[in-house]
Amino acid sequence: MRFMHYLRALRGIMARELLRFVHQRERFVSALVRPLVWLFIFAAGFRSTLGVAIIPPYETYILYEVYITPGLLGMILLFNGMQSSLSMVYDREMGSMKTLLVCPLPRWYLLIDKLLAGVLVAVLQAYTFLLIAWFYDIQAPLEGYLTVLPALILSGLMLGALGLLLSSFIKQLENFAGVMNFVIFPMFFLSTALYPLWKIQESSELLYTLASYNPFSQAVELIRFALYGQFNLYACLYTSAALIVFLIIAIIGYNPSRGMMQRKGGPAA
Amino acid sequence: MPFNSTPALTVAGLSYAYGKKNALDRVSFTVAPGECTILLGPNGAGKTTLFSLITRLYDSREGRVLIAGHDVRKESSRALAQLGVVFQQPTLDLDLTVLQNLHYHASLHGLSRRRADLRIREELERQGMYERRKEKVRQLNGGHRRRVEIARALLHTPRLLLLDEPTVGLDVPSRKAIVDYVHQLCSDSGIAVLWATHLIDEIYGSDRLIVLHKGTVRADGSIPDILKTAGAETVADAFHTLTREAA
Repeated sequence: MRFMHYLRALRGIMARELLRFVHQRERFVSALVRPLVWLFIFAAGFRSTLGVAIIPPYETYILYEVYITPGLLGMILLFNGMQSSLSMVYDREMGSMKTLLVCPLPRWYLLIDKLLAGVLVAVLQAYTFLLIAWFYDIQAPLEGYLTVLPALILSGLMLGALGLLLSSFIKQLENFAGVMNFVIFPMFFLSTALYPLWKIQESSELLYTLASYNPFSQAVELIRFALYGQFNLYACLYTSAALIVFLIIAIIGYNPSRGMMQRKGGPAA
Repeated sequence: MPFNSTPALTVAGLSYAYGKKNALDRVSFTVAPGECTILLGPNGAGKTTLFSLITRLYDSREGRVLIAGHDVRKESSRALAQLGVVFQQPTLDLDLTVLQNLHYHASLHGLSRRRADLRIREELERQGMYERRKEKVRQLNGGHRRRVEIARALLHTPRLLLLDEPTVGLDVPSRKAIVDYVHQLCSDSGIAVLWATHLIDEIYGSDRLIVLHKGTVRADGSIPDILKTAGAETVADAFHTLTREAA
């Protein structure tokens, strides 16, 4: 019976996230417009200036649009992770987080369910983006569309866990702008999403080191290889390790005896 | 142990501080099944802190909270399974329908689809809201939203219902309807209610009263007991005396 309870809660949380997603069409559209602008405008503009040599997993010279497609998939997952984080802070401020946290299931399980629900939505967006890119002639091998799924899920979980972690430390909704400046932008620009590591190394050894340790870089590489039917073990281990670390800190952050719910909950009444 | 002999809620020696500021100081009381207990206190008395500790949103190492005999720290799942809560802030998802909101809650409490359908129907019909089940919550007025929240809190048939100033911001008829309904619940279904408020007109003559002020229990008992303790003729006078003397 207990197992069924866990399963029903997971299904309920996922269904709610999907329903909210369906109801907020503008969220879906804006989540897609962002990477599409990068693909159609930015990448097209930089096509001639940023030459990409043959590097694995690519076997020939590729167009810049092809190079940044996995990076833009990462971008979708990154923004979704942060969006979930934002909605957690919002839910907490508005009180609906409380109804989740007072249900009779372990808090770690509820947070993981919330994470999985966010990833479900992010993966749907990523596939919609891949479909549009396909019509734009950016086409991976057919099997790549299947092998990229676990990579998207793992990367989505890692970035969602980062969002969860941040949400446990962000005191108010207004502070979310700081997340944009201090987390999303540095993570995205200091990664292999837009340029390969060797290009970064040519410009700066420091930036190269930072980019190679950036978990977002590893998530992007995991997706890049998986999209071409290849498995990047290092990227997979690195992303998994980051997921575990972020998740543990987030769960501690939401623990009632140690965590942030307590510290930020000043004497309301 | 027979069903009715276990208090629905036991709070024993509970203390809590925000940094150095004491919010609750050795608070103790029990709520018996079928009892409607009003937790009366001015703003800042510690009512919401107390509710946060009972619901385990906060945690305190000083003192204990037992719901239907289960310790919220040691057996939190069992304890929380017996608890229904209506928070001060509205917590329904405005973009979802009444039904979708209630199904979400039912799934968090592990109710099967069939059981959830049945309970949702029962609770909504009891409050005359079943016809509106397919409407988005955004379309409902404040009073109706509160009714849905009460229905939601009761779906999993808890032994204890907590209400944290649920009538704040509602018009007089909506307030009266909710106050009447909750009192009816106590007498009809035997559920224990702990209702936090600072509005004296929400108290019925048969209610038990706990006066909380500056984090301590100033008085606890039936209304005649409280009036006697305070040497007052009305609850309003008693409340005024108890919270003024202690200030």
